[in-house]
Parts: sequence; C-alpha cells; structure tokens
Amino acid sequence: MKSLAELAEIKARTIDSVIMPSGSGRMRVVVGMATCGIAAGASPVLDELVKDVKEAGISDRVMVSQTGCIGVCQYEPVVEVHEADKEKVTYVKMTAEKAREVFEKHIQGGEVIYDYTINAANA
Amino acid sequence: MAEAINNEAARHTSLEATSFYKAQCRVALRNCGVIDPESIDEYIAMDGYAALGKALTEMTPEQVIQEVIDSGLRGRGGGGFPTGKKWSFTAANKADQKYVVCNADEGDPGAFMDRSVLEGDPHCIIEAMELCGYATGATEGYVYVRAEYPIAVKRLTKAIEDAKAYGLLGKDIFGTGFNFDLHIRLGAGAFVCGEETALMTSIEGNRGEPRPRPPYPAVKGLFAKPTTENNVETFANVPQIILRGASFFNSMGTERSKGTKVFALGGKINNTGLVEVPMGTTLRQIVEDVGGGVPNGKKFKAAQTGGPSGGCIPASMIDIEIDYDNLVSQGAMMGSGGLIVMDEDTCMVDIAKFFLNFTVDESCGKCTPCRVGTRRLYEILEKITSGNGTLEDLDRMEELCKYIKDNSLCGLGQTAPNPVLSTYTRFKDEYIAHVVEKRCPAGVCKALMRITIDPDKCRGCTACARVCPVGAISGTVKQPHEIDQTKCIKCGACMEKCRFGAISKK
Ligand SMILES: Cc1cc2nc3c(=O)[nH]c(=O)nc-3n(C[C@H](O)[C@H](O)[C@H](O)COP(=O)(O)O)c2cc1C
Ligand code: SF4
Ligand code: SF4
Repeated sequence: MKSLAELAEIKARTIDSVIMPSGSGRMRVVVGMATCGIAAGASPVLDELVKDVKEAGISDRVMVSQTGCIGVCQYEPVVEVHEADKEKVTYVKMTAEKAREVFEKHIQGGEVIYDYTINAANA
Repeated sequence: MAEAINNEAARHTSLEATSFYKAQCRVALRNCGVIDPESIDEYIAMDGYAALGKALTEMTPEQVIQEVIDSGLRGRGGGGFPTGKKWSFTAANKADQKYVVCNADEGDPGAFMDRSVLEGDPHCIIEAMELCGYATGATEGYVYVRAEYPIAVKRLTKAIEDAKAYGLLGKDIFGTGFNFDLHIRLGAGAFVCGEETALMTSIEGNRGEPRPRPPYPAVKGLFAKPTTENNVETFANVPQIILRGASFFNSMGTERSKGTKVFALGGKINNTGLVEVPMGTTLRQIVEDVGGGVPNGKKFKAAQTGGPSGGCIPASMIDIEIDYDNLVSQGAMMGSGGLIVMDEDTCMVDIAKFFLNFTVDESCGKCTPCRVGTRRLYEILEKITSGNGTLEDLDRMEELCKYIKDNSLCGLGQTAPNPVLSTYTRFKDEYIAHVVEKRCPAGVCKALMRITIDPDKCRGCTACARVCPVGAISGTVKQPHEIDQTKCIKCGACMEKCRFGAISKK
C-alpha cells in the first residue's frame, strides 16, 4: 500500500457491509466463532445461515459472517442480527435448527423470535 | 445472567441492553464480536491501519512514544509497567537490529482475553506492533503464541498474509520507507515461558528458562538485541491511542491506572465471560452488576485476581476500586486479568493449595528456592488440609513464603507464595480452624469432614445404608442409623439419598 488514499478507498467500499446504512434495509448476521463459540457448536449454526441465505438468493441484502468472541461464554453459540435502523438482536444458545427458524421468521419474515434472545434466556 | 436480564425494561433484544454489558466499555475488545476477523477490509472499515498511516505520515517516532506515555497506558501482562516508558528505553539504545515481541503465552489458568483478541481482531495486534516498531526503531517482530491456541494462530497467520498482500506489512509501507516484518512462534505451553526473558530464550530456539535481569530486554533482549516486549491486550489499546489521541484514553480510569481492563470472569458467578470495564470500576460493580451476583443465593466470600501470582480480595473490601495500585496495596495484583469469584462454600486453604499445586508443576527447576521451596510449601498445605497441621507449621509456612519470594530467580517463584500469604492474612481464622479444631469451616477438606446422621431425624428407612459404597452405615430398620467414621470416604452419596434431611456434613 503506497498511500492513505488507498486505505480510505477500502474503508469507503466496505463500511456499509459492517455498519448498516440507514434506510438501506440491509442486514448483517454474525455468528461468534472464537474458540468458545466453536466448542459450543457455532460451526453448524454458521453453515446453516450461510446455506439458507445463499439458497434464498438474498445475499445482496443479507450478509452472514463469522466474528470473534462476543463475551458471553455460557450463552454460546451466539448469533447477532444487525439491521439498519433497528436495535440489534442477540440470539443465544443457538443450534442449526433454531438458526433455520431465525432465518425464516426473522431474516425473511422480519419477526424477532423473542424467546431465543439473550433477554429471554433462562427466564 | 437470568436475573440481571429479567430486571431490564421489558423486551429489549440486544446484549447491549443487559446489565452484563452496560457497565462495560470496549477499547481493547472493540472489534471482537463485530467484524469478521479474517477480513482485512472489515478491519480497515473500522479505521484499521489508520493509526499506522497517521503515525508514519504525520508523526515522528518520538511523538508516537510521547502519545503512549501521555495516555498513561500500563502493561496488561501483569506487572503494569508504563508502556510508553518501556518503548522509550528501547528507542534510546542504538543497534543495527531491534525487535518487537508480543507475549501471547497467556498461561494464567482461567484467563483467555489474549486469545479472544487474537481470534477476534488479529490485525490490531499487527498494527500495534508496527507502531511499536516505528516508535522504537525495530523492523522485525515476533508473536509468541501458545500452541494450544490453534484458531488464534490460524487467524493471525491469515492476517499477516493479508497485510503483506496489501503492503501494510513488509517494505516501504505507505511509501514512507518504513519496513516491518512479522513472525509467529509457537510456545509449548509452559507457564514460565510467559516470563519475558524465558519467552525470548524460547524464541531463540532454546529451552524456555528465565535469565537474570539486568540486562533488561530494552538493552539486550531477543538475539541479544534491544527488544520491546508487550502483552497482547497492551498492544490492543495502542492503535486507538494513536488514532484518537492520549486524552481519549487517559480520560478513562483512575489517577494512576488509565483506560480499561479486560477480565475473564469465572468461578461462583452467574455471568461468566469476558468483560472490559474502565479502570477504577469497583469489585462490587463487577460481581453484582456485570457478573449478576453469586448463584444459588450463596454469599460472596472473596475474589482472586492475578491467578497463581496474585491474591484474594475479601468480601469486606468489595467496594475497592480496581486498579493496579489498589490491588497491590491489598496484597493482590492485577495479573493478566483472571477474576475468580468464590462463595461461602470455598475453603481458602484449599484455594491456596490449588494455586500452589499449579506453580509446583510449572516451576522450571532452574533455581532451588522455587523448585524445592514451592514443593515444601505445598506439603505444609497438604498437612494442614489433611488435619495433621500444627501451629508451628503455620509459622514455618510464613517463613518459607518469605524465603521463596526473596530468593527465586524469576517472577514465577517470586510470586508463587502470594496466594498462600494473601489467604493467610485475610482468612487466618480458617487456617487456625484447620490446625487447632481440625475443622474445615467451608466443608471442603475431606479429611476434616464428618458426615453424621441426626438420630432425631433418622426414620431408619435404610436408604443410606444401601447406597453407601463402603458399607460404613449400620442400623436396623426403623431404628436410627449410624456412620462408622473410620470406614466413611465422605462421598456424600448417603446425604443425597436421605429423604428426611437427617444426614449432614460438618
Ligand atoms: C511466570 C510468569 C508468567 C508470565 N506469563 C505471562 C503471560 O502469559 N502473558 C504476558 O503477557 N505476560 C506474562 N508475564 C509477564 C511478562 O514477563 C512481562 O512482564 C509482560 O509480558 C510485559 O508486557 P506488558 O508490559 O505489556 O504487560 C509473566 C511473568 C511471569 C513471571
Ligand atoms: S523462580 Fe522457578 S520458574 Fe523462575 S527460574 Fe527459578 S525455578 Fe525457574
Ligand atoms: S458419605 Fe459415602 S461413604 Fe460416608 S457414609 Fe455416606 S455413603 Fe457411606
């Protein structure tokens, strides 16, 4: 890299996929894939979401990504759904089956499955 | 976490809305759980490598060091040495080659913040090491990671390749003529290899044993060249300090401990996990708010910080503001950030024995006070917990602690007695109870435990006698049963079986 301009250019073309721009209606779904998450079974959860989004052909609107440790060990695997203009949703103790449900109801249907969120956990 | 979360206003859905998260403040962990650690573009999107760009194009090495000094950043690997000052020592030494070393050995049992940073945000360590290289005049760096962290190694390896491909690592970075190259070395997981001189000896390809200091690494470090060695979490703070300025960082924290600290919260606590809080947060806030309190309605007894080198903070000190100096003044230390919560069912002598067992195993054996001393100390603790200790043993124990501290070569031996001294100072009555009354107040030490049947409550149902694996219980149907203490192995099976609550342990 020879200049700061190049750095700025990469930032400009990537930022919208990390922080959802207002009004875009886009979604970013992250799965905690640090050692703790993987040990708790995050890999099949990530695979499921990647597959679902691909099959539905909505990758231009929904991005699925791995991420590092979110910090809540006993709630792994954790999936977080970031959507433009909305409060983030943190799903905990996920399985591939639950992820499939989140995909259908929330990612496609726009309806948060409250029972799977961190705020409902262990109620 | 259940309670903490249910207390929140109804129907929030995010982690940020929980009290676990509210008291937190993320600097070192800011990208962890946010970006894809394998995407250099996402790191750049979050202002990654902008600090390096700023330093190389707008700042002199002296200015970079000054910024780090002004930020008040202190080493997060244990000792809390001022980072900027450490860098200035290396910078002041002229040499044809200097090095930057990142300590990712993380040997403290229960600690995993460094692993999380490497797994969640590997580029920030690369960027920080380059900043350190620029500031101190080093062009080569080593990250020493324990081999038990394969995912961290994989992500860091990919990050290094990607940074090289973008020209953010290698030659003539940003066209400024600054060169920096980075290597990974795997450690075999010996605790002592986390000690800076042992770590460098290990990178050099030799057996990881400490060497005497001075000479300090800033003078004669890796391959006998001036070297700056910092911990992962220390480095993780650096890009933000350079990018946002020292005042961003020193506006958080206490008088002499600035910024935040990451803790691995564990033990008898509702919310275990990784938390980053401003320095000066009270132990009460961490245990009660962030940690959601002690489970099962038990009482908080103490918290151990600093792992096998640290000490405990008793419940009476729960309002202590956690920073380097306050912890040291209480006979504990920050350490790398393991924070283990203990409840009323924890025996402090047993805890001391647990940590000492760890140091006995991990002593490298190079010097006698540590190699033999810690073993003798462990034997005294074993004598106490088995009910054979005497008051003289307690005196000998204290004397031996002091001797080991004063005469060991490296920090491992010098700090090994800390858990013993700290629990002995804070919970002397528990040691005395073991020795004089032959009683373990917390009911943990098996040799001192007595399982007995209350004849008034016992209905003679024979359930206990049938479950006892060693046939220690005698009695006839409908008559109170009795336990033969010489046979009982204190397994507790009978207690679980009794439907009348007639069996208890003391
Ligand atoms: C026995 C022993 C083990 C240590 N283990 C580690 C470790 O795992 N990680 C670490 O960063 N520092 C460890 N240290 C502290 C290092 O020697 C060194 O002080 C530290 O890495 C310096 O970095 P800092 O100034 O950024 O804290 C250990 C020290 C001793 C005596
Ligand atoms: S104090 Fe212990 S670990 Fe350190 S050099 Fe001596 S024997 Fe080895
Ligand atoms: S504690 Fe175990 S060994 Fe002792 S009496 Fe009960 S069942 Fe038997």
